[in-house]
Amino acid sequence: MSSIVGQVHSIQTLGTVDGPGLRFVVFLQGCNLRCKCCHNPDTWDMKSEKQFTAEEIVEKAIKYKEYFGEKGGITISGGEPILQADFCCEVFRLCHENGINTCLDTSGSILNEKVKKLLTETDRVLLDIKYTNNADYIENVGCSLEKPLDFLKYVDENKIPTTIRQVIIPTINDSEENITKLNEIVKKHFCIDKVELLPFKKICQTKYDSMKIEFPFGYLDTPTKETMNKLNKLLK
Amino acid sequence: MEHNNWNGFKKGVWQDEINVRDFIQQNYKEYTGDSDFLAGATDRTNGMMKKLNSLFALERQFGGVLDIDTTTVSSLTSYAPGYIDKENELIVGMQTNKPLRRGVNPFGGMRMVRQACEAYGYKLSDKVEDEFKYRTTHNDGVFRAYTDEMRQARRCHVITGLPDAYGRGRIIGDYRRVALYGVDRLIEEKKKDKAIRATGDFKTEDIRLFEELHKQITFLGYLKEMAAMYGYDISGPASNAREAIQWTYFAYLAAIKEQNGAAMSLGRVSTFFDIYIERDLARGILTESGAQELMDQFVMKLRIARHLRTPEYNELFGGDPMWITEAVGGMGEDGRTLVTKNCFRMLNTLYTLGSSPEPNLTILWSTQLPENFKNFCAKVSADTDSIQYENDDVMRPIYGDDYAIACCVSAMKIGKQMQFFGARCNLAKLLLIAINGGYDTTSKMHIGPQMPVLDGENLDFETVMERFQIYIEWLSHLYVNTMNVIHYMHDKYAYEKIQMALHDTDVERFMAFGIAGLSVVADSLSAIKFADVKPVKDEEGFITDFKTVGEFPKFGNDDDRVDLIAKDMTHRVITALRQTPTYRNAIHTLSVLTITSNVMYGKNTGATPDGRKNAEPFAPGANPMHNREENGALASLNSVAKISYDDCRDGISNTFSITPEALGKNEDERVENLVAILDGYFAKKAHHINVNVLNRETLMDAYENPEKYPNLTIRVSGYAVNFNKLSKAQQREVISRTFHEAM
Repeated sequence: MSSIVGQVHSIQTLGTVDGPGLRFVVFLQGCNLRCKCCHNPDTWDMKSEKQFTAEEIVEKAIKYKEYFGEKGGITISGGEPILQADFCCEVFRLCHENGINTCLDTSGSILNEKVKKLLTETDRVLLDIKYTNNADYIENVGCSLEKPLDFLKYVDENKIPTTIRQVIIPTINDSEENITKLNEIVKKHFCIDKVELLPFKKICQTKYDSMKIEFPFGYLDTPTKETMNKLNKLLK
Repeated sequence: MEHNNWNGFKKGVWQDEINVRDFIQQNYKEYTGDSDFLAGATDRTNGMMKKLNSLFALERQFGGVLDIDTTTVSSLTSYAPGYIDKENELIVGMQTNKPLRRGVNPFGGMRMVRQACEAYGYKLSDKVEDEFKYRTTHNDGVFRAYTDEMRQARRCHVITGLPDAYGRGRIIGDYRRVALYGVDRLIEEKKKDKAIRATGDFKTEDIRLFEELHKQITFLGYLKEMAAMYGYDISGPASNAREAIQWTYFAYLAAIKEQNGAAMSLGRVSTFFDIYIERDLARGILTESGAQELMDQFVMKLRIARHLRTPEYNELFGGDPMWITEAVGGMGEDGRTLVTKNCFRMLNTLYTLGSSPEPNLTILWSTQLPENFKNFCAKVSADTDSIQYENDDVMRPIYGDDYAIACCVSAMKIGKQMQFFGARCNLAKLLLIAINGGYDTTSKMHIGPQMPVLDGENLDFETVMERFQIYIEWLSHLYVNTMNVIHYMHDKYAYEKIQMALHDTDVERFMAFGIAGLSVVADSLSAIKFADVKPVKDEEGFITDFKTVGEFPKFGNDDDRVDLIAKDMTHRVITALRQTPTYRNAIHTLSVLTITSNVMYGKNTGATPDGRKNAEPFAPGANPMHNREENGALASLNSVAKISYDDCRDGISNTFSITPEALGKNEDERVENLVAILDGYFAKKAHHINVNVLNRETLMDAYENPEKYPNLTIRVSGYAVNFNKLSKAQQREVISRTFHEAM
């Protein structure tokens, strides 16, 4: 029996926004990026007070099987889960042994052998394409646009169903041009069956305040409903 | 037996014996389609509803009570007929002679009637005072037989809300019998029952039943008279849908004219009515719009039902409820669903007439229900916050497929079982009394076995449990005896004549006990077991507070270490209750339900080891304490699902509030996710859930600006209320509850 330990930030037993159906969402601790729009700065640090083995996580998830129905299952989010690819892979493997659907919520910024192995146990990828030009990526994320696109290419080759997600941030990426570019990316990858535009939110301000650090995009507004509706209509 | 009005119905044993279930099984048509067939409100409905809404507004302006008839004692025929709008009323009948005018019903007790009149600026008439001068009320009887200890337990609030000063309620007459058979047949059957018993031994219980049968027959006669005052002869069976609804409503109306029980539930009429509606549709004498209109008119009548209550009563049962509970849906024993088109129509009244707490629409949920019906229920929940769900899959094996819900969560076979309602005891207070060796620090009263106050630097779990068990057994004995007194006297002085006439003569009885503060007790015992709990004593040496240091598992996080403590508590209590025999050999049952009394119970309970401060409200029903859940909503549901229905046959109430955003990104997803939550929760063998889909901000705004939200309905604890009708303290407690939010 393996007992790979994961650094866990928290568990949300009722996840309705991170993948299809009802999901048992495990938020892992640690992130390699520093997105200026990040709403979970408390997951950046690699160290966590909570450690669970893969078996322990799956044991917990099994208690919610009755709620999953045909669509639901487990989602691993973060932080950046692929930093703990071995752990995630083991959790997903055990989930599959127990008939639980698996979803990986990632920025797609790393693609190594461990991550590739993890993807063999992944039923769906929730991939962030945060911006559609490299300059924005470098400035506001800390890696190049190439990274998630490489990741997407790999996922596409391996035919893993994928949801693309993008947070719409006023003045940064709320342009029609951005959506046009996003549509082009989507068109090229048959694995993508869903695109979700999420409005930028600021309820995380309190987290930044309590950590006594600045929320880089804290000065920006949340997008209006009209903007969201307009951009959603442009999606193809 | 045959009757012309039964033409078109399939024959069955229901013709030869009183057996509504058989009639339904032989004749109903299951419906698995969607809600597209539904019709909207007619102009007539809209006109009537407009009148009612202005009456409701007026009632609010008058402080919650529009008018009281202080000179007439409420009974079946004591008021002249009343109407909302005679020309346009398809279903007639009113409690008094005017809508929203409340009658006085002193059979339960004079004091409460007097106080209620005074609280709203009225004075009970000398006429009624005189009439009752020489009549013993239920309340008089109870207090003649109460022991000192019973009075003490009541006064220190360790047992509260007992039905010793008003009608006990929680009895559901099988009102459908009147429509199916007509009153004459029912009288005839009761006379037969009486004749059979005339030749047996005449022991106390036989004489009592013989007299009760006499009363039942007399009141069936009054029921006919009451209907005749409205121009209807209900001696024979109903001949069409409108009559079936009217006859049934007359029977229910008679019950609420005669009795002012806390919960006056309706039963399970939707599918029964559907049979008549289908027959009329087939005969071409009714349209879909007409069918909806009949249901709308019926529901309007239910929405104006009122009883006169005191402000103290409202503290326990906030929001002026009647618990006109209608059980909708469920599965049949043969595997067919009992969902019919009329179940949709019943729910549709929340759209045609607007959302409302009454009738208390209760979905009997089974994972086997048709998907279309599940989706419609979820949509109605998300739109109106007005319905609750109970697990048909755990109840059907026990009660069959013709049971209904009394009040919030009390299941019973319709017309075959009834219950003796017993409110609840305060388990958290009992724990404090046990720790203090028989002293209640809130009321400063000595009560129960007298022992030393628990000693030591920190409370020891084993010692506390041993001590607690002694007090659980003491209170259980006292509680059963107290209930025996109450129900003996209620049968004697305020017997439910019309409701029991609509039961089988040999009826099975439950005695329904209850507990409040389960999550407080579970968390407190968990704190004692897993953390360090240091008692803090006052000058007299009694423990009035606790210093709790360290982490401990809390109920609501799907953690067996504490969840099993909660489960064990209910098992201990019901086991202890069963040691004392009950009046009329009723079966002991237990509920975990508080209505709104969790606020009052908290107010009367000192600080507890879980960190709850003195006088702070409890969580309602079986809910985890507010804001102690760390793992999200499903973990909280799983914790509650662990409490065994076998121990709590009178129901386990859970109230669940979630923001629309947390439930899903759009309406379709919200519906789909809510269905998944309900399917999962009930597959876990949980019993009950109230669902609210709303934002805390809405409630906060309604708290500050009530005029902006005249019809804001929310589910509280086994029932729904108009938010504005709660007291400010009750509103604050509802706002402070856990709202499951998106991360």
